[in-house]
Amino acid sequence: MRGARSAKFAAGAIAVTMAVTACGGDSGDDGKKSSSGKPEGYVSIEVGEPQNAPIPSDTNESNGSYIVKALFTQLLEHDNEGKPVYLNAESIETEDSKTWTVKLKDGWTFHNGEKVTAQSYVDTWNWAAHIKNNQKNSFWFADIKGYADVHPEKGDAKADTMSGLKVVDDLTFTIELAEAVPYFEYKLGYTTWAPLPKSAMEDPKAFAKNPVGNGPYKFEKWNHKKLFQVAAYDKYKGDDKAANKGIQFKNYSTPEAAYQELISGNLDVVRQIASRDLPKYKSDLGDRAIEEPFAGVQSIVPAFYSKPFKDVDPKVIQGLSMAIDRETIAKTVLNGTRDAATSFTPPQVMGNQDLDSPAFKFDPKRAKELVEEGGGVPGNKVWIQFNADGGHKDWITAVCENIRQNTGVECIPDSKPDFQTDLDLRDANKVKGMYRGGWVADYPVNVNFMRELYHTKAEANSGRFSNKEIDKLMEKGDNAESLEESVKIYQEVELKLAEEMPAIPVFNYKINAGYGKDVENVTTDWHGDIVVNEVTVK
Amino acid sequence: MGRYVVRRLLQAIPVFLGSTLLIFLMMYSLPGDPVRALWGEQSVDPAQIAALKKDLGLDLPLWQQYLNYIGGLFQGDFGTQIASQRPVSEVIADALPITIRLTLFAFTFTVLVGISLGIVAGLWADRLLDRGMLIFTLLLISVPSFVLGYTAQFWLAFKFQLLTPTVQDSEALGDLLMPAIVLGSLSLAYVVRLTRTSVVENLRSDYIRTAIAKGLPRRRVIGVHLMRNSLIPVVTFLGTDLGALLGGAVITEGIFNVQGVGNLVYEALLRREGSTVVGVVTLLVILYLTISLIVDLLYAVLDPRIRYV
Repeated sequence: MRGARSAKFAAGAIAVTMAVTACGGDSGDDGKKSSSGKPEGYVSIEVGEPQNAPIPSDTNESNGSYIVKALFTQLLEHDNEGKPVYLNAESIETEDSKTWTVKLKDGWTFHNGEKVTAQSYVDTWNWAAHIKNNQKNSFWFADIKGYADVHPEKGDAKADTMSGLKVVDDLTFTIELAEAVPYFEYKLGYTTWAPLPKSAMEDPKAFAKNPVGNGPYKFEKWNHKKLFQVAAYDKYKGDDKAANKGIQFKNYSTPEAAYQELISGNLDVVRQIASRDLPKYKSDLGDRAIEEPFAGVQSIVPAFYSKPFKDVDPKVIQGLSMAIDRETIAKTVLNGTRDAATSFTPPQVMGNQDLDSPAFKFDPKRAKELVEEGGGVPGNKVWIQFNADGGHKDWITAVCENIRQNTGVECIPDSKPDFQTDLDLRDANKVKGMYRGGWVADYPVNVNFMRELYHTKAEANSGRFSNKEIDKLMEKGDNAESLEESVKIYQEVELKLAEEMPAIPVFNYKINAGYGKDVENVTTDWHGDIVVNEVTVK
Repeated sequence: MGRYVVRRLLQAIPVFLGSTLLIFLMMYSLPGDPVRALWGEQSVDPAQIAALKKDLGLDLPLWQQYLNYIGGLFQGDFGTQIASQRPVSEVIADALPITIRLTLFAFTFTVLVGISLGIVAGLWADRLLDRGMLIFTLLLISVPSFVLGYTAQFWLAFKFQLLTPTVQDSEALGDLLMPAIVLGSLSLAYVVRLTRTSVVENLRSDYIRTAIAKGLPRRRVIGVHLMRNSLIPVVTFLGTDLGALLGGAVITEGIFNVQGVGNLVYEALLRREGSTVVGVVTLLVILYLTISLIVDLLYAVLDPRIRYV
């Protein structure tokens, strides 16, 4: 008898667990088969879960930026030659590079019907720059006069708005900068500058669940960690109008899994082929394989406070640079996914030049001589720190092998488990020798690859390179009268950098993507992103 | 029986507190700051990092963070994910049912197929069929699950196009079939072997000989007398195994694109999302405790002698 009773009890317990899981499972989706059924005319692309809600001023990683770009449109963007293309802006004018007058195109609306006006822009920028709203990209507004009042380095804000922003009329506003910035217009191409509707600033949490933008696509649904779906916005006025009916941004647990789906026809576009599939993706996909360079540079950066590089003679770094056989490593170790770097800037940005510097050429004999002339490194040993979760191990090992063989300097790949740990050590000035650095363009001007990385006060200058002469020259470039002049002065800066070697640029990035049989017109932009609005369905 | 259940439930409290504290301490001791990492290689504003930490309560001393966490837990608050600012309970609610569904599927497969094969092998011990089963299970045990996963994907999805290579819809049983079998296959091998040995052993025992001598039909001898005694070690194994399946689905989930708990924990660990990791582990601990309680109760059903201890 007792046996029978406990049997019933146990069976009951199992039934309860089953019931709980069954009802829990339904709550995630708003309809059956929602994540696999793709509406007709839509394009599906592999894009991971965005880190946070799609708010332009709070999005700085690639998954989120895809979604922000679909939902929002800023004043302008850049074509593949780096030239500005006006989207929401009718014109952007300045006489002294300090005060800029922006005129907007008429008739633009947010997806909820609210008009996009000069006031929308001014309000959004003031909101995004304000310290209490804690937006990750707030420093982008730092050029504007009055930024320090709303976003002081310490303590509370002294004002609610920046004094540099003024609404002239419904479609015109002026931006006064704290100092002249000749390339300011180029910065405006970043999605961070997109306007938000009023509701977003009033209740960001509610907005996160139901984002409303002014871009080519309007929000449809977000099944976290599975799918983010947008539909073409038919009242959109910009040049980058959607050529398809909508986009499904699909989340895959691994790039390998996404590739499997591409091959079997369940997914239209994969934006990054997994390293496992790189050797064969071209034969799998034929002319549907994409290999395009984009504006990004990968370097190894000496930490100038570390033992090997403290008071180092630049000749030593030049020597180390010349010891690296970039071409061979790019071709063999990296399966042709990179190009050898020949300067501090990638070819896609304005002002990129052929440095013709010997430091970027593979010359093992001269490399050894230079290291010796420069007095070598203390302990005859260098380290290259990298994050093991980013797939850098193979090429770092190859670079080290080159350095060891060609200069006789002992080189040790210094693996850190993940990007967090890597960043921590860089911030805390605890890099043992060099670290792996990567930089992808925010705006396509050569300035972006030097000002942000090698100025003494630049925050991304984790190698703590400091050279007064170069700082001065950069400041001169920042205050130049025109964009052309500024770019020219920065070209001089680049020549100086080739002598001082604040970093050893190794590769320029390439995107390796692919698409399926059902779609056409898949292209990439200078940023290395797939241009989703141009993809058409067959 | 009732007192036994209560005692077991009381035991769960220190286990629960201990395991959450342990995970909490482990997460804390890892290098890397999740808030800082939100900015990546970009410029960093220390004032903003401090503000964000204050919002999330990460600026408090560790013991206070732990107390806050446990306090919140009793009110159903699992904390907030750092990057997305979403409640962890919501994140888990998205992932856990998927993993549980996958696990139950794998588990059912293991139980049904494993026990049947084990009985067949045990009844026909040392014949060709039994030898074949031994080789088959040896293969399953020795092949790592990711090899098995990719092989299954290659043959079933690409060569024969029977199944989709990855899971598109975690509620479609057809999609879950392949990952469930791959996930369950290792335990399957153990279940087959355990059942077989146990059956072979019990076949020689006195009570079976008695039952046969009494002239009971073969179906009843095997179905009731043999099975009931042979299943005790198998049930023990299955109980612990269910927990292992739940936690160990990381690799399978990765290969087959199942957005479950395995994936969630893996990503959360990489991003140092302490609250997410602790939240998932807490739930797994609760599930584990519940399962082992059920197993112990099942014992009593199978063997009356255990019931009175």
